[in-house]
Amino acid sequence: MSDSDSGPGPFSDADPAIRLDDVSLSLGGHSILDSVSVDVGEGTFVGLIGPNGAGKTTLLRTLNGALAPDEGSVRVVGEDVHALSSKAASRLVATVPQTTSVTFDFPVRDVVEMGRTPHRGRFEGWRERDDAAVESAMRRTSVESLSDRPVTEVSGGERQRVLIARALAQETPVLLLDEPTASLDINHQVRTLELVSDLVADGTTAVAAIHDLNLAAHYCDALVLLSGGRILSAGDPAAVLSEEHLREAFDAEAVVSRHPVTGSVYVTALPPSSDDANGRVHVVGGGGTGARALHLLSAAGYALSAGALNEGDTDAEAARRVGADLVTVPPYSPVDDAARAAVESRVEAADVTVVADVEVGDGNLANLEAAAEADRLVLVEERPFSERNYAGDDGFAVYERLRERGTIVEPSDLLSVVGELACDSFRERDDGADGTVDGGAGSGDADTGANDAESTHDDAGGDDTAADLFSD
Amino acid sequence: MSVRTRATTWSLGLSGLLLLVVVVSAGIGAVTIPPRTVAAILADAVPVPVGISLGGATVLPILGSVPTPTLEFVSPFAFSVPRPARIIVLSVRLPRILLAALVGFALATAGTVMQGFFRNPMADPSIVGVSSGAAVGAVATIVLSLSIPFGLEGAAFVSAVVTAFVVYLLASENGRTPVATLLLAGVAIQTFLGAVISFLLLQSGESLRQVVFWLMGHLAGATWSEVGMLTLVLPLPFVVLLVHARDLNVLLLGEEDAHALGIEVERTKQLLLATASVVTAAAVSVSGVIGFVGLVVPHMLRLLVGPDHRVLLPASALAGASFLVATDTVARSGGAEIPVGVVTAAVGAPFFLYLLRTREVRSP
Repeated sequence: MSDSDSGPGPFSDADPAIRLDDVSLSLGGHSILDSVSVDVGEGTFVGLIGPNGAGKTTLLRTLNGALAPDEGSVRVVGEDVHALSSKAASRLVATVPQTTSVTFDFPVRDVVEMGRTPHRGRFEGWRERDDAAVESAMRRTSVESLSDRPVTEVSGGERQRVLIARALAQETPVLLLDEPTASLDINHQVRTLELVSDLVADGTTAVAAIHDLNLAAHYCDALVLLSGGRILSAGDPAAVLSEEHLREAFDAEAVVSRHPVTGSVYVTALPPSSDDANGRVHVVGGGGTGARALHLLSAAGYALSAGALNEGDTDAEAARRVGADLVTVPPYSPVDDAARAAVESRVEAADVTVVADVEVGDGNLANLEAAAEADRLVLVEERPFSERNYAGDDGFAVYERLRERGTIVEPSDLLSVVGELACDSFRERDDGADGTVDGGAGSGDADTGANDAESTHDDAGGDDTAADLFSD
Repeated sequence: MSVRTRATTWSLGLSGLLLLVVVVSAGIGAVTIPPRTVAAILADAVPVPVGISLGGATVLPILGSVPTPTLEFVSPFAFSVPRPARIIVLSVRLPRILLAALVGFALATAGTVMQGFFRNPMADPSIVGVSSGAAVGAVATIVLSLSIPFGLEGAAFVSAVVTAFVVYLLASENGRTPVATLLLAGVAIQTFLGAVISFLLLQSGESLRQVVFWLMGHLAGATWSEVGMLTLVLPLPFVVLLVHARDLNVLLLGEEDAHALGIEVERTKQLLLATASVVTAAAVSVSGVIGFVGLVVPHMLRLLVGPDHRVLLPASALAGASFLVATDTVARSGGAEIPVGVVTAAVGAPFFLYLLRTREVRSP
C-alpha cells in the first residue's frame, strides 16, 4: 500500500507518519483546536474520540490540508502538508468523507477512478498502473460487483465502501476517515473497521473519528480523546477510556469494564441522575444469574447494589457495567463476616431486594441470610431450589424463610413486581416523612405479601421507623 | 467503452446531426430550396487549402519587403446551382444559421459547466448575472444612443463580463467563494439590474421596439462579421473547459472531496467561472438573452450520455448548436418573424416539465 519513501518498517520516532506540532486553529473567532500536539506512528490505527464539537472533524481537515492551522505545523511522513500543493498533499493523505454529495449519477467505477486524480497529469492518459490501483482498491472493498451501478443508487453501506475504495485508489501512506461507521448498521460497522484494520496491518496509517467508544476501543491501536479543542488524553485505549476522562470530556457518568467476549475495554453510559430516583434495589446473584436483573433494573433507572460476589464472577462484571454499588470477596472465597455486614447494610438501604435464581452453597449462604432481613423481597425462580441447593439443610431452612417473606416471580415479571414494591416503599417513606398516619390503610392493600412480617425486625433506619408506625 | 471512444463517437454523431440540421434549415424559408441543392452550394463554398504560395510581398519596417505566405484554396467541386439560390443560401441564410449554431454551442457549453459548477441541474449560463449585465450594456447603448467602439455587441460583452466579476467579488471572502453565496449574490445582482433595465425602458421612447427585440433574444440580421467574431472568441475558452472536464467531474463530488483528491478548488472554480462567463457573454452580446438552451440541452444530454463531462461537454455543445439552429428556423419560417428566445422558451419549458415529471430530476 505504501509507495511513500518511508517504506514499511518499524515505527521510528524521528519520522512518524503524522506529527502535529502545537496546532491551533480558530474558525469565525472561535478557537476550535488549541495547541494540539500528537505523533502517530506508521502502521497504527488511531481513533479520534470526543464529544460533539470537540474538534474531531476539524482536526481531520487540518490533517488533509483543507484547513490551515493558525499556529503550529502538520507533517505527514516528514512533509509539511500545508506547504504542499493540493495535488501533492493528496498523494500523501487520502480522506474518506462521512457523506458525499452525489447529485450526479456517476457509475461506481468512475467514482473510484477519481481517486487517481492526484497521480495524473492534466494531459496524461489513463495508464496501466491506474487501472491496477483502481482494481485492487475495488477488490479490497468488495465493490467490483457494483462497478457499473450509478453511485446514487447503491445503499449507504455500499457507498461507504465505494468512498473507501476511492481513497485506496489514491495509494497514500495515510488514510483519514470521518465517522466511518456513522449511519451504518452493526454488520457494516464491523466490516468497515475490519477493513481498515487489515489496511493498517499492511502498513497504512489510519486516523478515524469514531463516535462509538466501544468500537474505537476494540479496533484502534491508540485513542486520542479531544475535548474543547484540546487533547485530554492520548495513548492506549484502556488508559484513555477511564471513567474520570469520560466524565470530564463527555460530562457523562459512564462505567468502564472489560467486554466479556472480546476482552476490549467496554464503556457503558449511565442515565443521568439515577440516584434513588426510582428507588434502590439490591440484587443477590452469582455465576451470571443476576446479570439480566441488573441490566434490566439499571435500564429502568433504579440505583443498584449487588453482592456479595466473588471477584471475577460474571455478575460482578455485569454489576460494574451498570454502575452498581458492589460488595465483593476474593475469588473462591466464602462470604466472610465483613462482607456479610456490608451486604446487610445494602439490603437495609434498598427499597427492594431481589434474589436471583442463584446456586446456593456454604460460601454464599450468608447472602441469603442477609437478604432475609429485607423489607421487600423478590425471589426470581426458574429452577426448583432443590436443584440449585448445595448447602444442605441449612440452605433449605434459609430459603424457606425467604419464600415465606418474599414474592416469587418469573423472570419476565421481575420489573413490574419490583416497580410495585418500590412504589409502595416510596409511599410509606413519604408518608412517614410527612408524619401523616392516614395513608397506612391504603398502603396495606397494595402489599404483595412482602411486608406482612415487617414488625419482626430491624428498627434502625428511618424507613423502618416509618414502616413500624403502620405495622401496629 | 473507454471515455475517449465514447466522447469521439458522440461528438461525431452530433456533428453529423448538426450538419444535417444546417442543410435542412438552409433550405427552409420564403424560397424553398431542396436539400440536395443546399448541399451542393455548401460543398462548393468550402475552400480546401492545397498549398502555400509566397505570392505577394509585405513591407515591414525593418526587414523591408518580405514575401507573404498565403494559403492557396481551390474549390474541388463545381456543381451547377442556380445563382439566386446560391446567394440566398450563402449571403442570407447561412450567416444566421451559423450564428445560431455558434450561440447554441456557447450557451449549452456554459450551461453544462454552470450546472456542474453549482452541482445543481437547475443552473443556467446566466446564473451569475451575465445575461442581465449584457442586457444593461446593450439597452443603455440603444437608449442613450451611446457611440462606443465595437458598438452594441462590445458594450454588452464588457458589461456582461464586468457583472460576472462583480458578483464573484461580492461572494468572495478570505479567498474562498462558497457556491451558495455566489448563487445568492447572482440573484441579487440580477434583480438589481432588472430594475435598471426597467428604468432604462421607461426612458427609451422611440427606441422601445428595438430594446424589446434585443431583450427577447434574436438572430435576425446576423452578419458574417458576427459569425467571425464568435468563431474567433469561442475556441480557446472551449478548449480550456474541455481540458478541465475531469476536474469538473471531481468538483461534482463536493469541494471538500475535490480538495482531498488533489484539486486546487478555488483556483479551478475561478477559472471555470471566468471561462464560462466569457463564453456566455460572447453569445449573449450578439444574440440577446436566449433562454432555456443552456438549461434544457445539458440536462437532456446528461440523461443520454451520463454525467461525465469529458463526454457531456462536447456532446452538449454540439447538441446546443443543432437545437438553436432548429428553433431559429421555426422562428423565422412563420409568417411573421418571432424572436428566437420566444421559440426556445415555448419549446424548452414544456420539454423541461416533461423531464421533470417523467424522470427524477435530482436536486441536492
